[in-house]
Amino acid sequence: MTTATDTPARATSGQLATFRLDGDLYGVEVEHVQEVLRSQKLTRVPLAPPAVAGLINLRGQVVTAIELRERLGRRPRPADTDAVVIVVRLHGEAVSLLVDSIADVVDVDAADFEAPPDTLDGQARELIRGAYKLDGQLLLALDVQKAVGA
Amino acid sequence: MDGLDDIVEEFLVESHENLDQLDTDLVALEQEPDSRERLSSIFRTIHTIKGTSGFLAFGRLEEVTHVGENMLSRLRDGVLALTPERTSVLLRMVDTVRSLLASIEATGGEGGVDVSAVVAEISAAMEDRPAPAPAPAPVAAPAAVEPVAAPAPVAVEPVAGAAVLEAAEAVVEAAVEAGVEAAAEAVVEDTAEPAHDDAHDEHADEHPADEHPAEDHHEDQPAGAARAEGQGGQQARRAVADSTIRVDVDLLDSLMLLVGELVLTRNQIVQYVGRSTDTDLVRASQRLNLIASELQEGVMKTRMQPIDHIWSKLPRVVRDLGIQCGKTVRLEMEGKDTELDKTLLEAVKDPLTHLVRNSVDHGIEAPDRRRAAGKRAEGVLTLRARHESGQVVVEVADDGAGIDPAKIGAKAVERGLVTADQLSRMGPQDVLQMIFAPGFSTAAAVTNVSGRGVGMDVVKTNIESIGGTIEVESEPGRGTVCRLRIPLTLAIVPALTVECAGDRYAIPQISLQELVSLDAEKAANAVEEVGGAPVYRLRGELLPLVRLTDVLGLASDRHDGHVVIAVLRSEGRRFGLVVDRVINTEEIVVKAVGGQLKAIGLYSGATVLGDGAVALILDVQALARRALRTETAERQEAREAAARTVAVETDRQRMLLAAIGEGRRVAIPLDTVTRLEQVRTESVERVGNREVVQYRGAILPIVRLDRHLGAYGASDREVLEVIVYSDHGRSVAIVVEEILDIVDGGAAVRSDIDDLGLLGSAVLGDKVTELLDVRAAILAADPAFYATDHSPSALLEV
Repeated sequence: MTTATDTPARATSGQLATFRLDGDLYGVEVEHVQEVLRSQKLTRVPLAPPAVAGLINLRGQVVTAIELRERLGRRPRPADTDAVVIVVRLHGEAVSLLVDSIADVVDVDAADFEAPPDTLDGQARELIRGAYKLDGQLLLALDVQKAVGA
Repeated sequence: MDGLDDIVEEFLVESHENLDQLDTDLVALEQEPDSRERLSSIFRTIHTIKGTSGFLAFGRLEEVTHVGENMLSRLRDGVLALTPERTSVLLRMVDTVRSLLASIEATGGEGGVDVSAVVAEISAAMEDRPAPAPAPAPVAAPAAVEPVAAPAPVAVEPVAGAAVLEAAEAVVEAAVEAGVEAAAEAVVEDTAEPAHDDAHDEHADEHPADEHPAEDHHEDQPAGAARAEGQGGQQARRAVADSTIRVDVDLLDSLMLLVGELVLTRNQIVQYVGRSTDTDLVRASQRLNLIASELQEGVMKTRMQPIDHIWSKLPRVVRDLGIQCGKTVRLEMEGKDTELDKTLLEAVKDPLTHLVRNSVDHGIEAPDRRRAAGKRAEGVLTLRARHESGQVVVEVADDGAGIDPAKIGAKAVERGLVTADQLSRMGPQDVLQMIFAPGFSTAAAVTNVSGRGVGMDVVKTNIESIGGTIEVESEPGRGTVCRLRIPLTLAIVPALTVECAGDRYAIPQISLQELVSLDAEKAANAVEEVGGAPVYRLRGELLPLVRLTDVLGLASDRHDGHVVIAVLRSEGRRFGLVVDRVINTEEIVVKAVGGQLKAIGLYSGATVLGDGAVALILDVQALARRALRTETAERQEAREAAARTVAVETDRQRMLLAAIGEGRRVAIPLDTVTRLEQVRTESVERVGNREVVQYRGAILPIVRLDRHLGAYGASDREVLEVIVYSDHGRSVAIVVEEILDIVDGGAAVRSDIDDLGLLGSAVLGDKVTELLDVRAAILAADPAFYATDHSPSALLEV
C-alpha cells in the first residue's frame, strides 16, 4: 500500500473517497477509509486541542473524532447541521474525521494532479497533498496522516 | 506425579510437543533430504531437549540426544548425507527419547530405559558402518552406563569403539554442564537401577533390529513393579500432556477483549432490566450477571501467573550484588503464589528488580555498620506480595539504615524541586515521596543523600503506566519499605463514575478512599478557604480540595450548594476531588486513547459505560500533581507578595490565624494547636460559671477567645470553631469565630502595642494581627492546666 506521506507531493492514481467541507471537495485514499457513519454522540474531552471534537463509541471501541473544519482553519459548522463521521484506519488505529457530507468514490489520474494552489493558507496547505483537476471542480487530496495528527 | 516439579512438568509438555513435530519433520526430510531449514529445526529441537535434560540431570536422555545432535549437526553441515538408514536411526532416537520422557513422567527418574543400543546405532550410522552389528551393542552398552555409575564421572575410561567414546563424552559433558551436584544425583539414580540395565541389554541382544523400542519397552519391562509403573506412566503422561495446552497470548488477549465487551453489555442489560418489572427477565438478567462475572474471572485466570515467575530471578541478583557491595543479604519471600496478569507481571519485572537492587545497594548497610548499630551483620530483604481489595500489593522491605527525610528535603531544596518554605510545610511522609520526583535522582544524589533514588522516577513512571501506585515508608535506622499497588488486571477495573459539568468521568477505585457528601448548609461551614485554597476538615485533618470543574476548565452545573467530595489518595497524600455528582460504581473496560489525548496528561484512558456513552478515565496521579502543585504555587506567590512588603524577621514561628469577631484577627503559635474541631453550640454544658464540652470521653473546658479578649462576635452560631490544645493529658478548647490561615510568623512587623491577654501585634498577611498570650487564654479556661507541670514538691506546697 502506498501511503501519501511517503512522498507528500507525489501524484498518485487510484480511488479517493470524497467528501464536502465548507463548500470544497476533498478526498482521502479509499484504502484508509474503514467506514462512514452518520452523526454520532460525542463525548467532549476538556483541555484537548481544539481540533479534537470528542470521543465516539464505535461498537465498543473508543475512537477520537477530529473536527476537520477546525483542522483546516475553516469556519465552525453551522449549529443546525450534523457532521458525517469518516472512520479511517492508520497503523491499525481507528480515528474519525468529522466532515459536512460524504460524496462519491472518484477515480483519479496522476496526470490531473497539481501541487496545492498557492491561495491555500498555511494551516490547510500542510494538510493538502495537492489538487486533482476534475471536470468543473478541484478535488483536494487530504493527507490523512497529518490531518489526524492534531 | 506429585513428585514432579513445575520445571520438569513444563519440560515434559514442551518435549512431547516437540517430538511430535520431529516425527513429521524427519519423515518430510526423507522426501527432501537437502532441506537445511528442516534439518536446522530438527537440530534445534534435539538441542533444546539435550540442554534441558542436562540441566535437569537426566543423564541418559542427554546422552541419547547428544549423539543425535552430533549426527544432525553433521547432516546439517553437509558432512553426512541423509540415508534411509540414518533417518530410521534418528526416528529410533526420537522413540527412545519418548520412552525416557514417559519414564520420567511416571517415576520422576529415567527408570530402566536403555539408551546404549540407540547410542551405538547412531554412532555407527555416523561412521557410515552399514548397520549396528548385534555384537558391539551389549559390549558398548554396559561400558556406556558404567561411567555414569562410577562415583566420579570425570574419571571415565573409554573402553571400546566410537560409540562408547561418544557416550562417555556425553556423560562428562553432562557432569560439567549440570554441575557437580546434578551429576551426583544422576549417579545415585543410575546406580540404583543396574538390574534394569542388565535386563535391557539382554533385550537389546534379542531384538537387535527392533524397529519400535518405545512401544515394546513397556511390554518387555522385566520387573513387575517397573511394568506397573510404566503403565501408570502411560496414563500420567496423558494427564500432563493432555491437561495443559499452549495457547497463544494473542488469543487470550482477544478473549479478554470479548469478555470486556460482554461485561459492558451485561452492565447495559442489568441497568435496563433494573427498570423492568418482568420477573422472568429480571431472573435471566441476574443469571447473565452471574455468569458474565464468572466468565470474566475465568478468562482473567488464564492470564494469571504467580509472581514467583519474576521473583525467581531475584535471589541471584541479590546474591551477586551483595558480594559486589561486600554485604551479606538474606532474601525472604512471602506470598510467592500471588497471581497477577501476565502483561502486568512483565511490566513490574524491571521496576521490582530496580527496587531490589536499590535496597541491597543503598538500603542495607555494610556488615560493620550494621554491627555498630546493634543489628545482625546479615541484612534481610523481604519481598511480600498479597491480594488486597482487588489489587496486588507488592512490598520490597529492607532492614537497613532507612531514609532520613531531612536529607531528602535538603537535597530537594538544593535541586530546586521545592523551596525551603514549601518544605517546611510538608510532612515527613510527603518529603520521602520526593525521591520519586524526576530530577531528584542523579548519581551524585546516591552517595550524598542516604543513597536512594537512582531512577526512582523511572520506576514510578513504569508503575503508574500500568495503573499502579508506589509509595515509600521509612524509619531511620530501622529500614525502608517500598510498596507497589498494582491492579489485578489492566483490562477491567472497578471504577467510580462521577458527573462533572454534565459529563461523566471514571475514577479507578484503586485511588478512592471514601466519599463525602455535604448538603448546602453543612458545606457552607465545612468547606473553608485557607489562603485562597479550599480545604475540608475530614475528621479533624485538613483535606485539600480540588474542584474537577476548575481543573478541566468547565463550569459546574450544580448550583444548590451541595458538595460531593471523592477522597483520593495519590503518592501517599490525600486530597478531595469535588465533583458534581456520584453516579455509580461499575466495572469498566479500559480503552486506550489516542496520542493527542494522552498528551493532555489528565486521562489514563477511556471507557464505554453501560448506556453506551464514552467516559474518560481520570488519571488521579496526574490530577493530584497538577492541581496540588498549582495550588501551592499560587499560595507561594501570595505569600511572597506579602513578604516583599514587610521586613523579614529571623523568627520563623508558624502561626494559625483566626478571626474572633469585630474584624479582629488573632495569631496563635501553631505548636500550641493540637487539633481543629467543630463543636455544636447545644453540646456546650456548664460547670459552675465555666463552659465545658464532652470531647473524646473527657470534659473539655472552653475559653471563648472573643470574650476573653474583649471582642464580641456573633454568639448565635450553631457550630463553634474550636482549637484544642493538649498537654500532659489535659486539654482546653479555645473557641474562635473562624479559622483563617496558617502563616509564617517570621514575615511580620511586630509591635508591642498590646492589651490584656495579648503578647503584642504583628502584620500578618497585610493585616494587623494580635498575638495571643496562649498561656493566659488557657489559664482562663482551666486555671489548673499548668499545675500538672509542676514537680511533686510543687504539688505539696499547694
